[in-house]
Amino acid sequence: MSEPLSQEVVRHVAELARLDLTDDEVAAFTDQLGAVLGHAADIESLDIADVEPTTHALPLTNVLRKDVVQPGLDRQAVLDQAPASEAGQFRVPKILGEEP
Amino acid sequence: MSHVTKGESVLEIAKSVRSKERKASEVIEAHLTQIESRDQELNAFNLVTRERAMQAARDIDERVANGQEVGPLAGVPVAVKDNLCTTGVDTTCSSRILEGWKPPYDATVVDRIAAAGAVMIGKTNLDEFAMGSSTENSAFGVTHNPHDTSRVSGGSSGGSAAAVAAGFAPIAFGSDTGGSIRQPASFCGVVGIKPTYGLVSRYGLIAFASSLDQVGPLGATVADAAAMLEAIAGHDPRDSTSLPQDAPNLTATMNDGVKGLRVGLVQELSGEGVAPDVAAALQRAADVLQENGAIVSEVSVPAVKFGVTAYYLIAPAEASSNLARFDGVRYGLRKDAENVFEMYDATREQGFGAEVKRRIMLGTYALSAGYYDAYYGKAQRVRTLITRDFATAYESCDVLLSPTAPTTAFKVGEKTSDPLAMYLNDVCTIPTNLAGHPAMSVPFGKDSNNMPIGVQILGPNLSEATLVRAGAVLEANQ
Repeated sequence: MSEPLSQEVVRHVAELARLDLTDDEVAAFTDQLGAVLGHAADIESLDIADVEPTTHALPLTNVLRKDVVQPGLDRQAVLDQAPASEAGQFRVPKILGEEP
Repeated sequence: MSHVTKGESVLEIAKSVRSKERKASEVIEAHLTQIESRDQELNAFNLVTRERAMQAARDIDERVANGQEVGPLAGVPVAVKDNLCTTGVDTTCSSRILEGWKPPYDATVVDRIAAAGAVMIGKTNLDEFAMGSSTENSAFGVTHNPHDTSRVSGGSSGGSAAAVAAGFAPIAFGSDTGGSIRQPASFCGVVGIKPTYGLVSRYGLIAFASSLDQVGPLGATVADAAAMLEAIAGHDPRDSTSLPQDAPNLTATMNDGVKGLRVGLVQELSGEGVAPDVAAALQRAADVLQENGAIVSEVSVPAVKFGVTAYYLIAPAEASSNLARFDGVRYGLRKDAENVFEMYDATREQGFGAEVKRRIMLGTYALSAGYYDAYYGKAQRVRTLITRDFATAYESCDVLLSPTAPTTAFKVGEKTSDPLAMYLNDVCTIPTNLAGHPAMSVPFGKDSNNMPIGVQILGPNLSEATLVRAGAVLEANQ
């Protein structure tokens, strides 16, 4: 947990996060994220493996509604706000033939 | 004749509009004039919706003239944080990535405040996607503090807090993920309430960290903030995390005092790192409550000292997931590229500011293979510890007391080069969000630079009426 953060790891994380960071950003984030993770050392020593994790502050589970069709947003109103649309759908640059 | 009267409550404004003593259009015009005279200096608003506001005000006047119902907040101007969706009105989150996007729907709280008769006068500035404690992370420039324009207004709801402090609107919407309502309220000398998680609908609030985000009011006075909360709270079927709960009645018991109320001074939040003037104000606040019949004691909530660490792993983790939707496909900015993957990368790189990228990176790292258990998993367990320690404290106390922030408003630029120092400023407010509890900040005195100090009152789930009672006593005895 306490190994120092490397620029290589930062570049890998940027790829996962779909951010095309500049070299300057990679350098700055390596230092800054390293400092924040260093501060996280205060919980590193806590022996709390037997404590249940909290994912959510409320005890609400399985919030259901009646299975009845409800009107949604007007499709054209949504598409009108998109950068590009065509034939009732969002239009994007080509996807096929590329490595993700 | 002035239509902006200092110290006049929103209920008084509404009463005068309902009784035809004043026109809503006069009230709104007066506030718009105030904005136009001073907002160039403060930058509280991303957008002032003058024409829309005047039309809404004239509609109210017409309804009053026709003897129709106009709601408990008729003609009251309200400023709306620019991360709440407003139909056909730009909603930017102070980010380039949403520039020009006009939502096709209203947030539930925006609908509710309009149904109560309040009139939206504009969209307020914030730290981009509500990530920050100073409104310096906005793509549209910092919001200056009305008490001293060389200082920040706090954040992330800095625009809303400055708008209320400057008299642009008596009430404003904020959202609070780690203190974003309370800390700017404290810095600007206004009242801010972070409600119990689930009490106020999040439908139409652009998500930052969904398990922590909560919409709430900022007001010039405790009564104003309480009246606004009453108007916006209550179950919403469109938000699956909404509590099956009606809006609380806060104003009915607001002036009932604090006799017999058990108040705990949180030791972990009132010692090290707290500025002397802030510590002195906190002690005076405790004395005031005691003089008014409360029983004040010191109490320990040990796990809150791990709050900042847990928060800055959990909130970025949730943010990295929530902000994945901003990819140039459905809203706002798109940077054209040869293929879809390059389009995603370029759009996000150019659309997001530095702090948002930093948190997306931090969250992605904390959730990534090999680090999940050590960071995110551990932070979630710490969250349980904090909730547990609060529960223990609330066995012997009805409410807790702490500073809202360790200091008063700092200078513009003072902390921007050191993200960690900025994060540590949230130490007093973060534990509440992790536990899901409500808390409020009430102005209580000023420091040696004449900057407002805020005192935080914390309570267990759904204790808003009690917080408001204690807040009213502090407000009356500054």
